[in-house]
Amino acid sequence: MPAAEARSAAALRLLEEIGHASARGLQAVGFGATLLSDSLWWIALGRRHGQVVHAAPVFAEMMAIGVRALPIVTLLSATIGLMLALQGIYSLRQFGAEQQVVLGVALGITREFAPLITGILVAGRSGSALAARLGTMTISNEIDALRVMGVNPVRFLVVPSLLALLVMLPCLVLWSELVALAAAGVYVVGELGTTFGVYVQEVNRAVAVGDLMHGLGKTAIFSVLIALVGIVDGSAVKGGAEGVGRVTTNAVVHGITAIVFTDMLFVFATTR
Amino acid sequence: MTAATPTASRPTVIEVDDLVTHYGTRRILDGVGLRVRQGEILVIMGGSGSGKSTLLRHLLALEKPTSGRISLLGNDITQMDEFELYALARKMGVAFQGGALFSSMTVGENVMLPLREHTKLDRGTMQIMMRLKLEIVNLAGFEHLMPSELSGGMIKRAAFARAIIMDPALLFCDEPSAGLDPVVSAALDELILRLRDAMRMTIVVVTHELESAFRIADRITVLDRGRILATGTVDEIRGSSNPRIQNLLNRRFEEETLDPDAYLARLTGEGAPAR
Repeated sequence: MPAAEARSAAALRLLEEIGHASARGLQAVGFGATLLSDSLWWIALGRRHGQVVHAAPVFAEMMAIGVRALPIVTLLSATIGLMLALQGIYSLRQFGAEQQVVLGVALGITREFAPLITGILVAGRSGSALAARLGTMTISNEIDALRVMGVNPVRFLVVPSLLALLVMLPCLVLWSELVALAAAGVYVVGELGTTFGVYVQEVNRAVAVGDLMHGLGKTAIFSVLIALVGIVDGSAVKGGAEGVGRVTTNAVVHGITAIVFTDMLFVFATTR
Repeated sequence: MTAATPTASRPTVIEVDDLVTHYGTRRILDGVGLRVRQGEILVIMGGSGSGKSTLLRHLLALEKPTSGRISLLGNDITQMDEFELYALARKMGVAFQGGALFSSMTVGENVMLPLREHTKLDRGTMQIMMRLKLEIVNLAGFEHLMPSELSGGMIKRAAFARAIIMDPALLFCDEPSAGLDPVVSAALDELILRLRDAMRMTIVVVTHELESAFRIADRITVLDRGRILATGTVDEIRGSSNPRIQNLLNRRFEEETLDPDAYLARLTGEGAPAR
């Protein structure tokens, strides 16, 4: 029965492929976990082994990841704040409850939209840049060069990016929340005929410290994810320039997927 | 060259014993043994696929062998942990084939990097040392350029400057003259000889360029298909009667002995290992 045989062979191949992909995925996750624990180790004990984490590269990364992302974060946050206000008033008007829009907008921005949009933006901007840099350095022997110079690559390359992301992403998210709330406020004030002072008071009443911490908490997880995904994907580079392009794309796709998934899990675990 | 020929009294600084290594199931190095004495230039020669780059990666502890022993300056690097290796790395310099300069740093910052990482010198002193090494490799005044602004030969020379910034006891060079025009390549050879004579470095050069190998080597090791064919002085290698060495020296194409059955099997794809 050649047809049945071919079918079972195909099924076997599919199973094999799924197995390989899972093994690769698990390997990448394991590598990421190792990088994270290694990074923490170098931050805590590097000095004792003559491998100091210098401040200058951390600040340079903070500039690149955080400060230079400000214009685009501002633009996107303002747009999203405005859009949420528009949609909120539109949907609440069905019940004549548009006065309640501030609650929805304020909670939506602080708990969900600001962290998610900023996370996705930084994953696309800096996660990919990280992967491209790691990939290029790997194929041009620069990582080997570090090793033979007695410089630990995790301490030298991973730690500065990780620290910079951990500091700058929450800052960007806070800024994004401010901008989005302000932009939403401009529309709400105009549409409902209140004053900006009243709007700010209502936002204050709507948003508790816990909501802010909910947003910032997952932001911290996002920053670790962006750094690790960028580095794990980047160092998996194969081949030349084409390979670097591939790992850069991978880093964006994997980074955004990881962020959205983690967000869902985080919300599931903390809000029910 | 005779003046610098090492005497037997100098200590051995690199010892490799019975090195075996595999990539997957393929055996890349098979029982390789080496001895390099202090102040000597050893050239590891071989065609592509001979295993010479793999051997270098093992000497640099970038790969772990399947079995065997590699001792640098009296330390068995196959038994050392990460920190011991980092400490040993301060006594070693490596000039990679493509230079491996960090593209985000200037030439000067690249050359100073080992000093910044391993010493507590102030910036002024580091800069003086950096300029000193750039003078040695004839790159004075280029410290503010980015690696992307340099030519191939200049990148290799900058990589040499970075490799010798810590005044290492051991210097490893991967294909120093590959891809360079004859004049630049000759200048690099001179540089290697000067480093040995002036700074008493022990130098291991991996190359497939015969001319360069004969000019700089105190001794040559010929590697072929993962095994050492011969080790000896330039004259000994030149006079070797081994047909494979003669083929390599005379750039003769070597015809593979044809096995008709294996040839057929290759063409039909039979007998190939499963995916």
